Amino acid sequence: MSSAADDQFYREYILDHYKNPRNFGRLEHPDISHEEDNPLCGDVIGMDFKIHDGVIEDIRFHGRGCAISQASASLLTERLKGMPLEEAKKISKADVLGELGIQISPARIKCALLSLKVLKVGAYGLANDEVED
Amino acid sequence: MAVAGRAQGATPKKFDVAAIRKDFPIFETGIAYLDSANTSQRPRQVTAAMMDYFERYNSNIHRAAYAIAEEATERYEATREKIRGLINAASTKEVIYTRGTTEGINLVAYSWGRANISSGDLIVVTLLDHHSNIVPWQLLAAEKGAHVEYVDIDEKGELRLDQFADLLKRGPKLVAFNLISNALGTINPAAQMVAQAKAAGATVLVDGAQSTPHQPVDVRALGCDFYAFSGHKMLGPTGAGILYGRRELLEAMPPFMSGGDMIKTVRTEGTTFHELPWKFEAGTQAIAEVIGLGAAVDYLNGLGMDAVRAHELEITEYAYEALSEIAGLTVYGPPPSRRAGVISFALAGIHPHDLATIADRDKVCVRAGHHCAMPLMTRLGVAATSRASFYLYTQKDEVDRLVGSIKEAQRIFS
Repeated sequence: MSSAADDQFYREYILDHYKNPRNFGRLEHPDISHEEDNPLCGDVIGMDFKIHDGVIEDIRFHGRGCAISQASASLLTERLKGMPLEEAKKISKADVLGELGIQISPARIKCALLSLKVLKVGAYGLANDEVED
Repeated sequence: MAVAGRAQGATPKKFDVAAIRKDFPIFETGIAYLDSANTSQRPRQVTAAMMDYFERYNSNIHRAAYAIAEEATERYEATREKIRGLINAASTKEVIYTRGTTEGINLVAYSWGRANISSGDLIVVTLLDHHSNIVPWQLLAAEKGAHVEYVDIDEKGELRLDQFADLLKRGPKLVAFNLISNALGTINPAAQMVAQAKAAGATVLVDGAQSTPHQPVDVRALGCDFYAFSGHKMLGPTGAGILYGRRELLEAMPPFMSGGDMIKTVRTEGTTFHELPWKFEAGTQAIAEVIGLGAAVDYLNGLGMDAVRAHELEITEYAYEALSEIAGLTVYGPPPSRRAGVISFALAGIHPHDLATIADRDKVCVRAGHHCAMPLMTRLGVAATSRASFYLYTQKDEVDRLVGSIKEAQRIFS
């Protein structure tokens, strides 16, 4: 009865990342650890980073949330692992949304970008308002 | 005047949902609207009354000596009498226009609260309360050095009255609670709680945001000191709400907002204030919205609040049963007989946002989130729930469509 399957909003790989999130959990003795929440729904995502010679050597995320926020975080950690911080700095909102590959309604944009916010605020120590849209 | 003509159109006499829905043009879009605890839909009679004001007698109230301004003033004040009757207040002097429940509670917190709460005082609220009936008291307590205690809930989502009684023994200055929980639909035993709190010497504010639209309310039988509610949850427009207060309390309170229309005389040496209720209504008011709210009250009276409640109970029982039959679905809160038309639930493995998005594809409007009740969500151990809420226009077919969306979500996430 639904068009949800037809328009591929919940694509197989998003559901896969939701059900089997990559790099999920905590790191012992992380170099950076940061959490952000989505005030709309109270969902939380946190990330732990291990940095060596300016490279993200290891990364884990934790928290709870919807399929969009969890899949987005899982995809982002896959991409960040082994990436130099300088390169990670260049990851944009458009990159994250592009990787999800689905049309995100305005109400759900914050879900999709929550993990990017954790990355930016946590890893770069940016003031929170600099990453607000 | 086709629009104005419809404004005088008769309200269906018998409780006929199909006929009622014809008064709500939004249903022509094909949506299943299950978010009336958030905001209700509005019948043509309400929007037509507002358009009639805008197009035929738009003018400011209480100021001008010409005919259209007199009509505007008359109709604006007529709503006050309609509200007085709806909630059975003793006088229209006890009916203060606000923008909504939040402003009404803030008015009490700032005006009564700043004058009456002092260091060491206790304010009692409940875990079922909406943020709008928690945060103003937290701010007041922080400012005055008072403290706030919360009545806990039991496993059915009902207030723990034993703990409430214990808190009353500590002599709270103020007790504030909602008559119906917006998040769980729990109907609190308000008259009993007010009587206990009054016996303990407390001033009592009841948040009526979810009760006034859905069941008969009698503030004098209830016995509370303040009762706040919103127009937009009871068929009226946004921007118009009501604070009821007992006259002797309102008389003694200082103004909240000040400015034009709330004064008697202003001299450079000082000002004397207008009498009730206008003392609390500074500046140009939401005239069209108040007139619209009057039309909403007419509509509700045409149906009868007992009939509204009876219809919603039928829908709630139907939905409660339909949802409870779904594997992996947990309903929060008490059984239908002790709840209003609100059902909060969780689906195993499916986040409320994802359900809301999938339901939206089926044009089913359902709320996902913390429902402005984060302390309650924390108590339940969840970040958010899905919530379906009903009103006088809700039909079983809309509940069936929600069940279809839930099954679709379960198929996608299986």
